[in-house]
Amino acid sequence: MALPPYATTGQRVWHYTFRVICGLIFFFLIAPIVVVIPLSFNSQDFFTFTKEMLSFDPAGYSLKHYRDFFGNPDWQDALWNSIKIAPAATLLSVSLGTLAAIGLSQPHVPARRAIMATLISPMIVPLIISAAGMYFFYSRIGLAGTYWGVVLAHAALGIPFVIITVTATLVGFDRSLTRAAANMGADPVTTFFRVQMPLILPGVISGALFAFITSFDEVVVVIFVGSAKQQTLPWQMFTGLREQISPTILAVATILVAISIALLTTVELLRRRSERLRGMSPG
Amino acid sequence: MSDTTDTGGPVLAADGTPLKRSLARALRRQKLRALMLIAPLLLFILISFILPVADMLYRSVKNGIVADTLPRTVVAIADWDAESGDLPSEAVYAAMAADLKEAAAAKTHTKVGTRLNYENPGIASLFRKTGRKAKKFDIEGVASWKDELIDINKDWGDIDNWRTIQTYSPRVTQGYFLNAVDMRVGTDGAELRPEAERIYMNLLGRTLWMSLAITVCCIILAYPVAWILANLPMRKANILMILVLLPFWTSLLVRTSAWKILLQQQGVINDILVWIGLVDDSARLVIINNQFGTIVAMTHILLPFMILPMYSVMQTIPPSYLRAAKSLGATDWTAFWRVYFPQTVPGIGAGSILVFILAIGYYITPALVGGTKGTFISNQIAFHISSSLNWGLASALGAILLAVVLVLYWAYDKIVGIDNVKLG
Repeated sequence: MALPPYATTGQRVWHYTFRVICGLIFFFLIAPIVVVIPLSFNSQDFFTFTKEMLSFDPAGYSLKHYRDFFGNPDWQDALWNSIKIAPAATLLSVSLGTLAAIGLSQPHVPARRAIMATLISPMIVPLIISAAGMYFFYSRIGLAGTYWGVVLAHAALGIPFVIITVTATLVGFDRSLTRAAANMGADPVTTFFRVQMPLILPGVISGALFAFITSFDEVVVVIFVGSAKQQTLPWQMFTGLREQISPTILAVATILVAISIALLTTVELLRRRSERLRGMSPG
Repeated sequence: MSDTTDTGGPVLAADGTPLKRSLARALRRQKLRALMLIAPLLLFILISFILPVADMLYRSVKNGIVADTLPRTVVAIADWDAESGDLPSEAVYAAMAADLKEAAAAKTHTKVGTRLNYENPGIASLFRKTGRKAKKFDIEGVASWKDELIDINKDWGDIDNWRTIQTYSPRVTQGYFLNAVDMRVGTDGAELRPEAERIYMNLLGRTLWMSLAITVCCIILAYPVAWILANLPMRKANILMILVLLPFWTSLLVRTSAWKILLQQQGVINDILVWIGLVDDSARLVIINNQFGTIVAMTHILLPFMILPMYSVMQTIPPSYLRAAKSLGATDWTAFWRVYFPQTVPGIGAGSILVFILAIGYYITPALVGGTKGTFISNQIAFHISSSLNWGLASALGAILLAVVLVLYWAYDKIVGIDNVKLG
């Protein structure tokens, strides 16, 4: 990657141009997310930098939008609904998903490919189609507009992520460990909880985080399947952006960015731990 | 050669059963245990996801409402020949009167009117207006229901209306699908609608075209980034990787609202352009609520899905290949194009299919930054479900979209394999 000492002028120019291009693309990736953060401290109801903000005048900054977020019952209800729905959906998809991933990693599974394709399909099918189908079907069985209807729908959407992350961890799992445990007299349940589970735990947790963020972030399905009582944070943001766009959205966006940074850090740490456990150099 | 001793019987396992059978049983038990572990999830997905989608697909051909609301008419009109140019017989009119009376009492006559109105605009008012009087119909007391109905509303004397009723009386119809591909049932079978009424195929074409544009933008932007990530030392690459993964983990709505704020006419990008002097304050660029806005925002949102598969492929290409090519006399460009690039094609393929599949079904971002010119077929499906309530047409459009996606999914499985999908 480093420029060799014998590089020609043309190669030098290209080397640095290329780095500038890459820098610009990284800027394109990260700038829209970063720009929201200072804007959320705007003391005016504008969506751009005011003169006071550019001259770093303290009067240009305030926590006004955050006060609005924490004081407004609409936003608080939405936050509360999100907090109630996401963990339930995560728990459902992780428990069923981990079990199935272990089943799928057994050496002889009939129709493995077809089963895998079916289980991954909620990730591939366009959300609007899942949402429409669930809306029609759940209304027929009386689940539409209920808390459990939304949880069920979100759990289904989270399952592909759990399956993918847990099967990826199980690829590196040494099966002779379970045989050794059985050899020493452990029953299958003990083997699972004392031997297998601690080793695949990093994969399970990152699958859980993916499932959690899927539900926490989901808006299309909840709009169709849920009712006003299940209005979640993304839903509230969506309506806010569509109708009267209020700067409170910036404060909410900043809080959500903070949450995603926390989740990203956790997943990265878990991935490294998992690779260390498997004796690979953490990448 | 043939001195292998024959023991005279099959090899036995410890408990005395033939080893072959014993092994088969163990294998069967193993398969059963694996399936038992998978079964709960499979059942769950079946009920919460597969059945709903199947139900939606069925809705795209389901047409029970005419037969349910007008049962007598459907039977009576079955052997009427629309091509003869004559109005249906007296019996059909009498059946219609009886059905309308019942329907009006149950208040279902407007529903059947709305259903038929999708195919023949204007017929809804015929049902609504007649329905108002239908409650007082005296079925036995009128000599000719033909004259009576035409007297109430002259549209009952219009052959076209009767043809619509006859065409849509079966319980299964291809009408929604014809509608979805801008066709209709004309006098001699299916025909294309007039140019001005063809919306859905144009919309599907636009969805495909814009998804392709987004995919190409993603390839162009992702390639250099993936290359630099794969070729930098691990420590530096890990730090830059965070810049790719953070957008990946950030809420979709946060990213969409960021673009909405940036692209506004009074937004940050226009402010900067005015400040630099590239654009006059009075001529601020319109870069939102059109196709440009959708393409920019969606390229940003889907870019990580392109970078990650490309990166994982490029990581496996030894840098010594490039050096070898150069030492054999290749120029920088030849070495890249003939040696490096062909090896990255699987990564480009995997990323492209993934981005294209995700783009084609997008709903939120086009709805928020697309305006009217930058919306996708998903937005039209949502419109038919929640506003126009034409669920059959929404399902037919959904079925077409699903078919496109499943073909791509199948291709993805063939080329990349679902097992090889990686996250993060």
